Amino acid sequence: MIKSCMRKILSTLSVVCLLGSTIVLPQNSFGAETQYFPVASSRVGPYSAMGTGYYGAQIDYMNYVNMTGGVNGVMLTWQECETEYNAVKTVECYQRLMQKDGQKIVVFDTLGTPGAYAVINRMAADNVVLAQYGYGRTDAADGRVWPWVFNAASHYWSQIGVKLRWMAEMEGGIPNMKGKKIVHLHIDSAYGREPLPAMRKIATDWGFTLIEIAIAPPGLEQQSQWLQIRREKPDWVTFWGAGSGMNSTAMTNAARINFPRTKMMYVTFGGAEEDMVPAGDSAKGTYVVANALPGTDFPLVKDIKDKVYGAGKGNLSDTSRVGTVYWNRGLGSAVMWVEAMRNAQKIHNKVGKAVTGAEFRDGYEALNMTDARLAEIGVKGMVAPFAISCANHEGAGKFALMQWDGKKFDKVKDWTEPNDPKFIRQLIEDSAAKFAKENNITPKKCS
Amino acid sequence: MISELLFFMEVLVAGLLSGTMYSLVALGFVLIYKASSTFNFAQGAMVFFAVLSFVGLMEFGIPFFVAFIITVVLMIGVGLATERLVLRPLMNQSEDTLLMATIGLGFVLEGLAQAVWGVEVRRLDLGIKDSPIPWIADNLQLFISALDVTAGLVATAMIVGLTLLFKYTKIGLGLRSVADDAGAASSIGIPLKHIMLLVWSAAGVVALVAGMMWGARAGVQFALIDLALKALPVLIIGGFSSIPGAIIGGLLIGASEKILEVYIGPYFGGGIEGWAPYVLAIFFLLYRPEGLFGEKIIRRV
Repeated sequence: MIKSCMRKILSTLSVVCLLGSTIVLPQNSFGAETQYFPVASSRVGPYSAMGTGYYGAQIDYMNYVNMTGGVNGVMLTWQECETEYNAVKTVECYQRLMQKDGQKIVVFDTLGTPGAYAVINRMAADNVVLAQYGYGRTDAADGRVWPWVFNAASHYWSQIGVKLRWMAEMEGGIPNMKGKKIVHLHIDSAYGREPLPAMRKIATDWGFTLIEIAIAPPGLEQQSQWLQIRREKPDWVTFWGAGSGMNSTAMTNAARINFPRTKMMYVTFGGAEEDMVPAGDSAKGTYVVANALPGTDFPLVKDIKDKVYGAGKGNLSDTSRVGTVYWNRGLGSAVMWVEAMRNAQKIHNKVGKAVTGAEFRDGYEALNMTDARLAEIGVKGMVAPFAISCANHEGAGKFALMQWDGKKFDKVKDWTEPNDPKFIRQLIEDSAAKFAKENNITPKKCS
Repeated sequence: MISELLFFMEVLVAGLLSGTMYSLVALGFVLIYKASSTFNFAQGAMVFFAVLSFVGLMEFGIPFFVAFIITVVLMIGVGLATERLVLRPLMNQSEDTLLMATIGLGFVLEGLAQAVWGVEVRRLDLGIKDSPIPWIADNLQLFISALDVTAGLVATAMIVGLTLLFKYTKIGLGLRSVADDAGAASSIGIPLKHIMLLVWSAAGVVALVAGMMWGARAGVQFALIDLALKALPVLIIGGFSSIPGAIIGGLLIGASEKILEVYIGPYFGGGIEGWAPYVLAIFFLLYRPEGLFGEKIIRRV
């Protein structure tokens, strides 16, 4: 009796699991034109706090767009696939999500540098835009070499440039950086090492000593790294971690050796509420940079809360996470998708119709998010105004600076660019040109 | 020179203290292995499940000790369910089958914990400071926190307690006989099912304590599952079936990984403590496969 009951429960669970493994949310009414978007989410595993917020916001915004008439009448559909923030599974999801109901994807967002590197070389052949929202391969900012890859809003080299600018300001100017010591404490991965080329060059120019210390993932043990930091006695630490465990552990370890948190600068993917709260008082004073500011006062955020969550269609079960760093970042990315689609419809005379990957790419490259446009959408101030061009796929190249006060982030500096953006751009172009040469790519001509 | 020596001492002490934390996780593996000769791949998930449930209960406003007791009962329930639904149907199956079952169990617990309690990283405040003890920092120049000391004491207490249980009680005797030959033990009236239930429940409680120590330091989060991977070299070195071996193995792994990371790591670009313990474990597998305290297996050919 018990055995047969168990069998029934297990078979029911299996069916539920199979149905739940890909979540398709048909949002369109019968007959309406639709545009399909892939959601390669990471809702379980060590990076789940980031994934649930970011991808939750993307789904919330698509729901919101559908509830308010779609993109010029075109309803958005999507399909979700779980990557667990794993590069191999990201490739699997990329293939699995490629088509739905005969419609191909036009954009892909891995929310992770390892996943982005795993699919980046397929984009041109598949006619799919790789939208790296402030992560991924940095020299993809050169659109002449990487026409299908974008890293708006602002890449890692600009990010490290902004951090070093802040340090220089705190130290009384760039000349005072000479002889200073900066530790770059990073996860032992391509993502952790991504800012190093820019950092090394700036270190030589400014005359500070750069010490690179790696942490093996998942990074719950960082005592040896922090003992090295204690021995080196650096003036600043730039932290480039991934996953809330590694991020919060760094702050508790800093506290254990009495390293001031006001001398620590966190990466965008370590600078969220979910990274700070577990560290308790140890997190107080830590600086982070943001490419999308948290907050619930932005009109679009309020509207989503009212319309989507009010109708019980919100993606997050914990509504207090709406308006947090990761959620707002996901919202920023989804706003760009929709705006790119709107541009594509206009450029290709397809208003009221779905667009192809090539058309979407043109729309993405035509993004011009002025303050006025951001205000119309309802996110003015949440992201820096920016424009993308054929050659520049980075966008604003600006970050805002925040500090954790023990309970919330306080903005301490508005959108800031690196001290010498031209220098950063030159690094990008040199790196992209080197890649093009090594891979026999003829850079696109941008008039 | 003196400062370098002091620094080495600090690295060594930090490593030994980390080692006690690894030992706590390894203990749970040893308990299961002693009774069923199975490497319980679900132990990491049990650590995560236990401490996440504990913190989740406290979030409902349940006092610390009540939440602890409820979680202990819950872990006994997990042990009971595992025995009923997984182990009993697989009794007399090969060790490989049991191993696969524990992998499956791990995934179930991981998913269940996240489905019930959510995926956010939680803070666990045990009221024990993880900042340097001033007297030790001032006089010995060593940055040791109260949490380090507590973890060391807890690990020691658990090891002493479990060793006494195994050596000097009837339950321990029954357990050892089941580990030696389950069939023979059963034939002389040792209740195999009860022994299994007891061992899995004890492993659940050990998982809770280990999870609390790690959760207090690093936050209660999914990455705790990966601690199981850290316990593997500890067990290879200490011996899969030895309780003292778990602590010695933990101390050796903790100390060696820290020393290697600080002094050798920079030559490899850093971050070597992720794999260095496995290199050490491979040496042991080559020259002393039973580990330092494991039982030597002699078979007739």
